[in-house]
Amino acid sequence: MANPIKPDNSVVTTCAYCGVGCGFKAETYEGRVVRMIPWKEGKANHGHSCIKGRFAFDYYISPERVLTPLIRTTIDEPWRSVGWPEAIEYAAKGLRRVQEKFGRTSVGAVSSSRCTNEEIFLTQKFARAVLGNNNIDNCARICHSPTQFGLSATVGWGAASQHFDSILQADVIMVVGANPTEGHPVFGSLMKRRIRQGAKLIVLDPRQTESVKSPHLKADVHLPLRPGTNVAVLDSISHVVVRENLYAEDFIRARCEWHEFENWAALVGSDQYAPEVIGPLAGIDPQDIRKAARLYAGGPNSAIYYGLGVTEHSQGSTGVMCLGNLALACGMLGREGVGVNPLRGQGNVQGGSCLGSWPHVFSGYRFVTDDAVRASFEKDWGVTLDSEPGLRLPNMFDAALTGHFRGMYIMGEDPVQSDPNQNHIVEAMRRMEFVILHDLFLNETSKYAHVFLPGSSSLEKDGTFTSAERRVNRVRKVVEPMAGYQDWEIVVMLMNAMGYPAEYSNAGEILDEIARLSPAYQGLSFALLDRVGSAQWPCNESAPEGTEVLHTKSFPRANGRGTFMLTEYVPTAERTSDRFPLLLTTGRILTQYNVGTQTRRTPNTRWHSEDRLEISREDAEARGIRDGEWVQLTSRFGTTKLRAQFSTRVNAGVVYTTFHHAKSRVNRVTSDLSDWATNCPEYKVTAVEVTRVEQASETATAKRKKQKALEMA
Amino acid sequence: MSARIFISRDSGALCVGADEVAQALRKAFEKRSLKVEIVRTGSRGLYWLEPLVEVATDKGRAGYGPVNVSDVEALLDAGMLEGKKHELGIGLVENHPWLKSQTRLTFKNCGIIDPRSLEDYKAHGGYKGLEKALAVGPKAIVEEVISSGLRGRGGAGFPTGIKWRTVAETPPQQKYIVCNADEGDSGTFADRMIMEGDPFVLIEGMTIAGIAVGATFGYVYIRAEYPDAIEAMEIAIHDARKGGVLGRGMAGSSFDFDMEVRAGAGAYVCGEETSMLESLEGKRGEVRAKPPLPAHVGLFGKPTVINNVLSLASVPIIMERGGGFYRDFGMGKSRGTMPIQLAGNIKHGGLYETAFGITLGELVDEIGGGTRSGRPVRAAQVGGPLGAYFPRELFDTPFDYEAFAARNGLIGHGGIVVFDDTVDMAKQARFAMEFCAIESCGKCTPCRIGSVRGVELMDKIMAGEDRSENLIVLENLCNTMKFGSLCALGGFAPYPVMSALTHFPEDFGTERKRL
Amino acid sequence: MWAELRELRDGIDTGTPPRDGPNVTLTVDGVEVSVPAGTSIMLAAAKAGRSVPKLCATDMLEAFGSCRVCLVEIEGRSGFPASCTSLVADSMVVRTQSDDLQRLRKGVIELYLSDFPSGDIPGGWSEFHTVLDQVGVKTHPYAPIDNHMDAPIDSSNPYFLFDPAKCIVCSRCVRACADIQGTFALTIDGRGFRSKVAAGMDETFFESPCVSCGACVQTCPTQALIEKSLFVGGYSRG
Repeated sequence: MANPIKPDNSVVTTCAYCGVGCGFKAETYEGRVVRMIPWKEGKANHGHSCIKGRFAFDYYISPERVLTPLIRTTIDEPWRSVGWPEAIEYAAKGLRRVQEKFGRTSVGAVSSSRCTNEEIFLTQKFARAVLGNNNIDNCARICHSPTQFGLSATVGWGAASQHFDSILQADVIMVVGANPTEGHPVFGSLMKRRIRQGAKLIVLDPRQTESVKSPHLKADVHLPLRPGTNVAVLDSISHVVVRENLYAEDFIRARCEWHEFENWAALVGSDQYAPEVIGPLAGIDPQDIRKAARLYAGGPNSAIYYGLGVTEHSQGSTGVMCLGNLALACGMLGREGVGVNPLRGQGNVQGGSCLGSWPHVFSGYRFVTDDAVRASFEKDWGVTLDSEPGLRLPNMFDAALTGHFRGMYIMGEDPVQSDPNQNHIVEAMRRMEFVILHDLFLNETSKYAHVFLPGSSSLEKDGTFTSAERRVNRVRKVVEPMAGYQDWEIVVMLMNAMGYPAEYSNAGEILDEIARLSPAYQGLSFALLDRVGSAQWPCNESAPEGTEVLHTKSFPRANGRGTFMLTEYVPTAERTSDRFPLLLTTGRILTQYNVGTQTRRTPNTRWHSEDRLEISREDAEARGIRDGEWVQLTSRFGTTKLRAQFSTRVNAGVVYTTFHHAKSRVNRVTSDLSDWATNCPEYKVTAVEVTRVEQASETATAKRKKQKALEMA
Repeated sequence: MSARIFISRDSGALCVGADEVAQALRKAFEKRSLKVEIVRTGSRGLYWLEPLVEVATDKGRAGYGPVNVSDVEALLDAGMLEGKKHELGIGLVENHPWLKSQTRLTFKNCGIIDPRSLEDYKAHGGYKGLEKALAVGPKAIVEEVISSGLRGRGGAGFPTGIKWRTVAETPPQQKYIVCNADEGDSGTFADRMIMEGDPFVLIEGMTIAGIAVGATFGYVYIRAEYPDAIEAMEIAIHDARKGGVLGRGMAGSSFDFDMEVRAGAGAYVCGEETSMLESLEGKRGEVRAKPPLPAHVGLFGKPTVINNVLSLASVPIIMERGGGFYRDFGMGKSRGTMPIQLAGNIKHGGLYETAFGITLGELVDEIGGGTRSGRPVRAAQVGGPLGAYFPRELFDTPFDYEAFAARNGLIGHGGIVVFDDTVDMAKQARFAMEFCAIESCGKCTPCRIGSVRGVELMDKIMAGEDRSENLIVLENLCNTMKFGSLCALGGFAPYPVMSALTHFPEDFGTERKRL
Repeated sequence: MWAELRELRDGIDTGTPPRDGPNVTLTVDGVEVSVPAGTSIMLAAAKAGRSVPKLCATDMLEAFGSCRVCLVEIEGRSGFPASCTSLVADSMVVRTQSDDLQRLRKGVIELYLSDFPSGDIPGGWSEFHTVLDQVGVKTHPYAPIDNHMDAPIDSSNPYFLFDPAKCIVCSRCVRACADIQGTFALTIDGRGFRSKVAAGMDETFFESPCVSCGACVQTCPTQALIEKSLFVGGYSRG
């Protein structure tokens, strides 16, 4: 057949992968999704896409999809396939039984940033209104929770201050701990476009990523700082701004408190943060620190974009505060072309943050301890709510080991693969009485679950996502749910089975409830989104079609002004030693998405079939390691095997790997240290050693098997 | 006794043994213990006389040519060094009728001076133009060039002064002067002669252009097939810098101007100005769409003046003698002189600079002397491989941009290629399409695919297959290429084809012309 | 520039990117239309409801001027300028249809068809097929000898393939990879008729720096680059 088939239907929806939130037209032919065409009217992507959203959608019909509910009594038993009513009842009864035996706060829930706003909202409602406690967390814990903390502290809200298109007005772009061309490809392309037009680029990253150097793109300043020295370097940049009088005095006097600035200036302006001191500490040239500071402060429009390279550190929240401080000091907030913008990774992690999927706040970041706020929720939901903040996800695992936490409802997450210090988590999971996993595929965590509820992919449901630029996009159902129900419908069934009367005739009614209870989402509805396509929160009476740029007139803090947080550098406890002389840092690549749940089930694996350990030639040769050889990667937490890959992108002393494949078990090695404020794990700094192994672990197993077979013959 | 002789270093002369002759003479002088200075010059442009040996006498320079190595001894014996008679002697070179009848304004120094001597150039009036230019300032320079009526000598014939004014009026920023020395047309060599014989006149012209429009840097894009010209220009630029007439604050002024040579890589299409800019930028030599004009968005996106070698080389004398002086020569809207290059099957091939207005017939028959083969002239192609073939009936056409255009021809860069009656015009028409196909950049459809189809059609027509139908298809194809092509490569390829079909239809018949 | 990106509309391709700026009024086929200064005649014509057929132009990329299908006539100017690269001017009078223009468009399309798999003409639904309908030309008068019908298909990428036999060297894929994606994985290799789309250093798409973003597939007007998922039972040339 020479001519291609012509799709017979198309639905405008949003990509479910990363935080850019590209608009797509899902085209179907005879009920099957055959093509995803980037939507020209998508405000984030303007008709562009990346390999994941554009092509890697076939995971939804992967033969590995679980299509019927599964239950079992103990985790050592095989799964039993049952119908929905039986599975829901078993799940409801299981959680109640644990609560009766171990207490109301012995159970909790984790929502998924891969699910819609409506589903996340229902999950935290499930924890609060049905389970009766605040043990609800989401995966932003392990990536951008410091953004929440650090930006709220300095500018009032923990979200991107600009919309993506704002970068086209930037003159200086500073990328800190992020690799947009791989992690947020469509935004990365927009950034490259702006740089080709003449904007300057500063990059803070231990590695020479594609964002540092690639065709027609070269960073004007690259600071390849040692992992763990973010705060020191950022304070040093601020030091130059202060001592060379590059700060924007008019802006500070008008929009901040001058004495707060002076306090901060005294700290960062002190000699200990001089480039000549910090440069050697971080392994970079002091002149480059000065160059970066002068370039950023000079603007006229300078924009900061940062990622997990800032947050996933023991001083993650401090690092974010440094960025807020710097932007305020140089007057780079409140208009187009500037801002402080966290590049949220997941398609809906911003939603998770906004909608109160946290143990200590309701939607809109309002504390559960606040009586007035709590009362408004109690009124709408018709139940009394717990006033005590609940457990964070890492604390849930700690509490499991001490016996206080026994039951979990996990939606769309695989903590065993994605969370750090894997051995610790496996221990914790084994101690659980009852675990419900609600997901598309069996995964590492499902090994420890008692109920598996098969969910729906984003092609199979209605709802909304909130992207990294605060944009609320519509997710529309393209095909019927393969396992029978949309995710939100499953949560509703569970709520009802546990005695809470929940009824919604469509997902739009959930958004209406969100709008009622969250000031920033007040004006949102399916009707509005159908009319204008998408809208950035805050969306309310004063901004009926959403807000593109934040902080234009005031900062959402008590006094309406931004503040300068004191950001003293405290080196991480994770230190290299003779035993572990190298620093491991982790990250992502373009073709795989996080733990690879979706992308590993698509042809994307042809590009990245395994995680490799990138090591400098110098370090490799000192250890007798050859390119492509298997090596043992060990830290004081654990060990795993990977294949080595010589790379010029890492300096001597630093090694790098990705965590997309379960069999790599990278998180066995990552440390248990975390951000002081939010417990965001310090994925980015682990002291390790790398040694040769004689042969791959699989071959050893095969050898043993062969030996056994021979003995039996 | 001390004598001075002059032998050309021009690559045309080198092809016929000028180096060997110079070498032989040097050996002979040694053997005879004679102190003789050999000065290597450009060529006078009388190529049928090369290798031409000139001897300085008190009456002027006596010429002997064409000299072979085997003639050296006899010439010396006959008293060549005193200018004595010999059968190879041509008398005083200045008085040679071929030279005397010319109006050499652009080529006034070519063949006379030592191209590697800035002093010699200055001694012959060089850099007077720049001196004047610096005195009157940028605006006045532009006015002078406009008033001279100088039109682009590369072929487009666009008024040079107007182009300069457009660039001069762009806001102050980095601007460039680019000299198009790609000279790809068959039968042309004037640019090469200037670069090899009088490079400083080009450097001076570019410098004046830089001052006029506010450009501080220039590039000379020389085709790779001119290695001698590349070398000559690089040496001259080096010497000009040493001599203080290039660089920051050159010639003691407040202006900066410097330049460098860039070599092409074997693409005729890179003689098209935008394709040349792409090549200079290190990209594929693909033609750019206009608008925007290079005068606004040119090299590296900056306002750029692009001129042919001859245009720029005519500027110094325009500044020195005034625009009115230059304008006085010529006819109609074709003012000044045109360095015409006579080539092909021609008896007297070479460089003939004269005022516009001379007829094609006068050039081919009287000055060119008819064919070298002695057979009757059948056709002359003017303006390069994409120029029209003119039969004898059109030899009364005066050399004038508009007069040639009115007869579906073009002057182009001023090259004339002569053919005798053994030429097969169908083959020539096929060659036009083949040339276009080989040299096409490939960007636009009419040229990329059309030229290939044109060759295939010509093959069928020449073989007599469906001749009348294919002739109609060919005519339609020519229309598509002429009006649809992105640039003049595809756009002008129909000219030689249609002129051959029009003026020499007998060659396209089923019977081939037999001799 | 960001204001211009937002002007893009699904299902409509105005041929060149929209511009910002003070308006200019002109007439296209007798219809008056106002567009910002710096806009192409092609976009103005589209806005006036008098769309000009096009192949190498798309409103997601800057004009290129290579296909020569979009030629128009401008009163007072000689020749037949390309409407994609020509800019509007106040009081300009443009004609998108005439006998001369039809003859030229027919000539260009016939050249394309002389190097295109004839079996893929009937039943196709690409942009190229739409243009064939617009211009009303489906055959050509040549007996072509040189062609690209045997060029090997690149099927290395798991998601899309490239069939050079259908390629019209419009360079939209090269421009998309450069200006939209910013990877610069594609170029045109060779000269004249030998021009071909090449990935990396003339490698397969998979081996080249291509990041499989799909921008080239989306923009290809002839479906020479096309998703494999649109072929049931594999791809074969017509």
